Amino acid sequence: MMKLILALIAGTVFGLGLAISQMINPDKVLGFLDVSGNWDPSLALVMTGALAVATPCFRWVRRHDKPVLDDRFHITVKTALDKPLLTGAALFGIGWGMTGFCPGPAFASIALGNQEAVIMVICIYLGFWAAGLLNKDK
Amino acid sequence: MQNFTPVTALIGGALIGLSAFLLFWFNGRIAGISSIMSGLYTTQGSNRHWRMAFLAGLMLGAFIWQGFHPEAVAVRQNYPLPLILIGGFLVGFGTRLGSGCTSGHGICGIALFSPRSIAATLTFMACGLLTVYLIRHIFLIAV
Repeated sequence: MMKLILALIAGTVFGLGLAISQMINPDKVLGFLDVSGNWDPSLALVMTGALAVATPCFRWVRRHDKPVLDDRFHITVKTALDKPLLTGAALFGIGWGMTGFCPGPAFASIALGNQEAVIMVICIYLGFWAAGLLNKDK
Repeated sequence: MQNFTPVTALIGGALIGLSAFLLFWFNGRIAGISSIMSGLYTTQGSNRHWRMAFLAGLMLGAFIWQGFHPEAVAVRQNYPLPLILIGGFLVGFGTRLGSGCTSGHGICGIALFSPRSIAATLTFMACGLLTVYLIRHIFLIAV
C-alpha cells in the first residue's frame, strides 16, 4: 500500500514538473529541437534541473543495500551499447521530432482533454506492441 | 530566443528530478515513463499496480497545474495528423526497442552514469534535431 501511495506522489510531482516547465507543450519541445529556427533552450534547462537533483540523490540512494519499501533496486544489468539500444533510440528521436511528444508529456496531456495526445498515446501503444512482437521472434 | 523560460524550466526540471529520486529511494524503481507505460500490459499484480498509481499521478499533476494556470497549457491546433500517427508509432516502437525514453535514459540513466543511457540520449537528441530540421527547413512543412 505504501508503495502505491509513493508511486502516486512521485507521479504527481513528475506531472507538475512537466506542466510547470511547459514540457507538456509539444510546441515548446519542437522549439528546442529546432536549433536553426527561433531556438528555445528551455528543455536543456529542464534536463539540467532534473540532473542537478537526481545525480547526487541517486548517488546517495545507491549507498544503501536496498530501497526503503522494496527488497532490491530494479535496475538493468545490461551494459552493452548494442544494436537494439541505438536503433531504438534513433527511431524514438525521429518520432519525437515528428510530434514534439515523448511518452511522459503525451500521457500527462490526456488529463488536459487533449485529443491529439490521446491519438499519440494509442499510437505509442501500437509501437510498444509491434516492438514486443519483434522481441518474441528472437 | 524570446520563448526561453529559464526559471520555470529549472523549477520544473528539479521537480522531475525529485520525483525520480522519490521513486528510486522508496520503491527502488526507475522513473522511466515508456517502461512504466508498456508495463501496464506486460506485468501483473503489484508490479502493475504501482505503474497505474504513478501514471494516475502523472495526469493528476498536469491537471492540478492546468487548474491554476489554464493559459499555460495551450492545446495545439491543426497539427498534421500523419505526423502524429507515424511519429507516435515510432516513439512507442523506438522506446521499447531501446529500453527507454527522455526520462528513463535522459534523466535516471544519466544520473546513474549509465553508458547505455548516455549513448541512447545522444542518439535520440541528434535524431530529434535532425528530424525537426528536415521537416521545418528542408521539406518546409509549417509546424
